[in-house]
Amino acid sequence: MKDYLHFLRRCIRISFVGDWRYYAWMFFLSVIALFGLNAYAQQLVHGLQTTGMTDQVSWGLYIANFTYLVGMAAAAVMLVIPVYIYKNKDLHDLVIFGELFAVASIIMCLLFVTVDLGRPDRFLHLLMRFNWPISMLTWDVLVLNGYLLLNLHICGYLIYCAYRKTRPGKWFYIPFVFIAIVWAISIHTVTAFLYSGLGSRPLWNSAVLAPRFLASAFSAGPAFIVLALQVIRRFTSYQVPDGALQLLRKIITVALAINMFLLGSEMFTEFYTQAEHSASAQYLFFGLGGKHALVPWIWTAIGMNSVALLLLFFPITKSLKWFNLSCFLMIVGIWIEKGMGLIVPAFIPSPLGEKVEYLPTTNETLVSLGIWAFGLLVFTILVRITIPVLSGRLTIDSVDPAEPLSALSPKP
Amino acid sequence: MSGEKRMNRRSFLRGSLGAAGGMAAVAAALTPLKDLDLSEMTVENFLQKHYKEMTPEEIDQVIERVSKEVEERFDVRPELKDVKPMDGVEFTYLLNLGRCIGCRKCVHACVAENNQSRSPEIQYIRVLEMPRGSVNLEHSNHYYGDKKVPKKDHFYMPVQCHQCDNPPCVKVCPVEATWKEKDGIVVIDYDWCIGCRYCEAACPYWARRFNFAEPEIPKKDLNPKMGYLSNRPRHKGVMEKCHFCLHRTREGKLPACLEVCPVGARKFGNINDPNSDVVQILKTKRIFILKQEVGTKPRFFYYFDEDYGFGD
Repeated sequence: MKDYLHFLRRCIRISFVGDWRYYAWMFFLSVIALFGLNAYAQQLVHGLQTTGMTDQVSWGLYIANFTYLVGMAAAAVMLVIPVYIYKNKDLHDLVIFGELFAVASIIMCLLFVTVDLGRPDRFLHLLMRFNWPISMLTWDVLVLNGYLLLNLHICGYLIYCAYRKTRPGKWFYIPFVFIAIVWAISIHTVTAFLYSGLGSRPLWNSAVLAPRFLASAFSAGPAFIVLALQVIRRFTSYQVPDGALQLLRKIITVALAINMFLLGSEMFTEFYTQAEHSASAQYLFFGLGGKHALVPWIWTAIGMNSVALLLLFFPITKSLKWFNLSCFLMIVGIWIEKGMGLIVPAFIPSPLGEKVEYLPTTNETLVSLGIWAFGLLVFTILVRITIPVLSGRLTIDSVDPAEPLSALSPKP
Repeated sequence: MSGEKRMNRRSFLRGSLGAAGGMAAVAAALTPLKDLDLSEMTVENFLQKHYKEMTPEEIDQVIERVSKEVEERFDVRPELKDVKPMDGVEFTYLLNLGRCIGCRKCVHACVAENNQSRSPEIQYIRVLEMPRGSVNLEHSNHYYGDKKVPKKDHFYMPVQCHQCDNPPCVKVCPVEATWKEKDGIVVIDYDWCIGCRYCEAACPYWARRFNFAEPEIPKKDLNPKMGYLSNRPRHKGVMEKCHFCLHRTREGKLPACLEVCPVGARKFGNINDPNSDVVQILKTKRIFILKQEVGTKPRFFYYFDEDYGFGD
């Protein structure tokens, strides 16, 4: 216990130590997070009128980001499966970064839901009258918090073992790893059911929504991890083998192809039938009744995802430069497709046929950026702690003052 | 002084400066909170139980507290009651599409009766103007001028909460802040709602409204006759909607929207009473259920008279 507290203290200390680039990055994120906090304080005082949401479009940027980030969190499983089921060696030492990113993503998810509440002070009501199992939102509360705990346990345990230089006891984490695999799929499935269970919103009321969510998550999530791993490789001495990135490339290619296929299936059903129910899809892709704010967005997203997929189909993306471009395109493309391109159009037209468009306000955008900055801050700190521990520089018997700086020195 | 100590002192100083700076920045970011209205954030409010869990005495206490709050806010002592459903009564609402002329008197009577926010404007009833020939909500006009109605070749369809028997809004609420009472009315506990707006997304009739800002009602316009689960003043951040004027109807009166209707297009009554108007109309007239395909089993029906309707 004493050892553990000492370990925590050293973790906190080390997260404040780094070279100038580290400080610059952390300062940058902190400033944005503080702007977000300031914007949220405004929202608390004046209510959700500080957002662009209305009774017609009653969910916006917050829930869009929430949906996207649930997917990012679930994506860690695309590293876990190759390692723990197919015993992949290349990814073995990298899987933990996927899990750490899942932790950061879930924290962002919970923050996005909280800022969306009209009465966040009443969140305890969830504990007192929990409409489970009827309300899908209660399922989401359970699976998201459960997933957070699972990943905190797995990462925390492995890191602490490395710190103490002991072999992790299989029974203390392997069962949880396998539970987490199923759990990861469940968080995104439940989040999709939250929308697809609503008969009032034809755009969401589709059985293909959950598979679509998973496919898009399993492309954008690993794509983010690919970029993060290269940053880690660039700025620390941690080894990231090229083989690992190439394996992720294959996974991303398949996932993105499935995602595009599912989107195509959805579009076919909507537009071939041309039923009254496809009004939202009509609005999203082509505009409706002179309103077409989302049309450029969705075609940008489809364009980005298509280019990303085409690039992946050619051997050119074996070169990291092109692979990174492809990753970047799909991270943004899927953010649009799943966020603004899925949450917002379901509200347009309204159930009574009214076409009111939605545009996020500056305040709302600042809150969202603030949460992203905070999430990346958390992820950076987690990585900052993990690398020296895993590479054996921060251990129970290492000397304190000298180790932190060298841990972050760039590779010679 | 040894080098190591000097280093320690320097890093300690730097650390404290950093911590102080960080705390100052957080405090600065939080300055808008000085305008936060904390009058409603009392321990009593925080610990208040769910409506269904309160004993009659506790409800009396809460009613007393809310009355005081209203008095402080509006300078009027309200007659606030917790009116319970009547035994054996289940309400049904019928609207004659052939008669409605789209004057929106119901909308305004509802706002006045139910203490809806005047700024930003909240209304429970939305009247749609549609060209004759079909019921296509996509082609409805929500913002027609109501001075010269009815417009030639158009008909009018008021929509409000349908008090569904299979209510999706109740299903999705994560905290059971909204539920169906035994007389068929779907109510909201304004003191329990967390403002997630999932119910608003789930409603196929667009019947629910959210308080995006603190509601404003001029003091002179407040209706002091209030029900706990109906028209008592709300605060920002919670949902509200039509409740069939339960503080009136549970005491034998008619809903405000019905009373004001100049053409008698609205009928309200107990579906368990075979002699009631509503049962007679349901048995004999042509009935139309809006969005029957979503399967929510509304208690609000549209009907056509023999002499009116689409063809005439």
